Amino acid sequence: MRLVFALLGVAATVLLTVAMLFTAGWGHPPIVGTQIGFRGTGMDQVTTAAAMEQLEALDALPDQIPKASPSGPRAVDVYKNVQVLTDLSVDQFNTLMAAMTTWVAPQQGCAYCHNVENLADDSVYAKKVARRMIQMTRHINQDWKPHVQNVGVVCYTCHRGHPIPTNVWYENAGWPHAGGFSATNYGFGHPDSANGSTSLLQDPYSPFLDKDGSIRVQSVNALPTTGMGSSIQSTEDTYALMMSISKGLGVNCTFCHNTREFGQWSQSTPQRVTAWYGIRLVRNLNTEYLEPLKDVFPATRLGPLGDSPKLNCATCHQGANKPLLGVSLAKDYPELGGSPSK
Amino acid sequence: MATYQNIFTQVQLRPAELDMGPAADRIERSKKGGFSYWLGVMGNAQIGPVYLGYLGILSLMSGFTAFEIIGLNMLASVNWSPIQFIRQLPWLALEPPRPEYGISIMPPLNQGGWWLMAGFFLTTSVILWWARMYRRARALGMGTHVAWAFASAIWLYLVLGFIRPLLMGHFSEGVPFGIFPHLDWTASFSLRYGNLFYNPFHMLSIAFLYGSALLFAMHGGTILAVSRYGGERELEHILDRGTAAERAALFWRWTMGFNATFESIHRWAWWFAVLTTFTGGIGILLTGTVVDNWYLWGVQHGIAPAYPHLWPPVIDPAASGAVK
Repeated sequence: MRLVFALLGVAATVLLTVAMLFTAGWGHPPIVGTQIGFRGTGMDQVTTAAAMEQLEALDALPDQIPKASPSGPRAVDVYKNVQVLTDLSVDQFNTLMAAMTTWVAPQQGCAYCHNVENLADDSVYAKKVARRMIQMTRHINQDWKPHVQNVGVVCYTCHRGHPIPTNVWYENAGWPHAGGFSATNYGFGHPDSANGSTSLLQDPYSPFLDKDGSIRVQSVNALPTTGMGSSIQSTEDTYALMMSISKGLGVNCTFCHNTREFGQWSQSTPQRVTAWYGIRLVRNLNTEYLEPLKDVFPATRLGPLGDSPKLNCATCHQGANKPLLGVSLAKDYPELGGSPSK
Repeated sequence: MATYQNIFTQVQLRPAELDMGPAADRIERSKKGGFSYWLGVMGNAQIGPVYLGYLGILSLMSGFTAFEIIGLNMLASVNWSPIQFIRQLPWLALEPPRPEYGISIMPPLNQGGWWLMAGFFLTTSVILWWARMYRRARALGMGTHVAWAFASAIWLYLVLGFIRPLLMGHFSEGVPFGIFPHLDWTASFSLRYGNLFYNPFHMLSIAFLYGSALLFAMHGGTILAVSRYGGERELEHILDRGTAAERAALFWRWTMGFNATFESIHRWAWWFAVLTTFTGGIGILLTGTVVDNWYLWGVQHGIAPAYPHLWPPVIDPAASGAVK
């Protein structure tokens, strides 16, 4: 009997070990570590060969499209109802249309946005959305250089051949609670892909990427000052946002921070400044471009609470700290506000 | 002759009559008990007798109340779904009130009221259990060392959940109930107050914690290693050193030049364990009340070295005010 129990114990241990090895998110060694900070500070980025392969596949470039000539007749004079691309030549205009089809709706083709009987017609909602998205892309490339620098973005940066980018978010009511007088817990206590499977805030996007919630929680003085500083609960909110950034960019904390003092800028990496602008960029795009489109989108494109699909870091980055691994498609598209390469 | 060369207990004592301790006060205790082979592999094969008493009963009732408040609120947080309750259990929480409720003892139930109530009953339960340990030790004519060691742990618990929130003026500073929630809280607490590793009392607490584990391993290893010479009869060796004590002592003098005695090792271990939570509690109590950022405090007091900055100067972009 005792032997049976012992054998059962061994069998259970083996089964649990095997189950653990094949279920959790393990990375196959060897782990590739790159030191980015001063020795001893633990500022390293880690990845694996498999993860790098996956990233390269995800960031494969689209088919190249021949460059268009900026000279010749203006699109606005040749075509009807050209409201935004008024500065383009016919050649540039047509090339951009072809590029957008390749980037956004390769399967669906022109008809995804256009009434093919009358291309000038605005009856398809996607056309109105696309027009606003072109304005948004130009806005990003021209006004948000502190974040996108001269690399810039094009439609493909987010869309990757899908009419709806893979990584968008909607407002949500959180995990359904019983309500009544049971504890609300303020959105804590449920694992989510957004909060890095922690018990931190389940939805870090609404307060920080739609509204401009205060992110800075750490004290900047050694000793207490008068008044209440940030609460630990708001620290947990910020922590959840940082987890979503970390996941969206495929980096760990030390990509931006010296973790012995998260708040201090003088010890941080230059990437933290880029990220700071990125957060403001996302807020700007969500409030100025995405959310106002909710009257244009059909109900099927809206979230459970009736809001527009919105951006976060992963929408462009898709797990890479530089979208498309740093390749600039925008340099060939001054039509989208891109800066030509030097 | 039994030997102790294995991590499992190889001797199981099964007296014909249950072992009840000194005869003088036997009448006060129940006589129910039994033997278990599997418990005997790890420790004493005899289970019981258990003395519950009114302190024990009240403590268990109070603890059960806290357990129910926490558990039912967690169940409500998955809309009474038993499957989700099991799936999400490590993440489920019962959070303290928001900062706006300060140290109000009656925030709305769903806004931290349940947290306060669970905390009250858990604290009551723990303190009643402490009183029970003290009184049972006295009833057996023992010293009260165990009770005072337990009190050190209760000190840390009270600082975290009650004393420090009171001093800060906000129960929101307290620790949420839940498996991952209290761990995520711990990480956030350190982040908010500028890295707890620079808190000297946290350093002491860690030193005592790891030291406790080290002493425990050294002592356990030493006694098992000399049990073939009767070294497990430690108490006799305190007054009358036999070859086991001589060998154990010489082993440590050979290897590190110094040894504890068969008596003093137990004082070492007790103090290390007690000081772990005692210094930890002081460290938590000072956080936010006396020091707001331990790293910056560490820089001021010369305990945080400066490292070369490998990049161009990084300046807070909000400082320019160009973009909000």
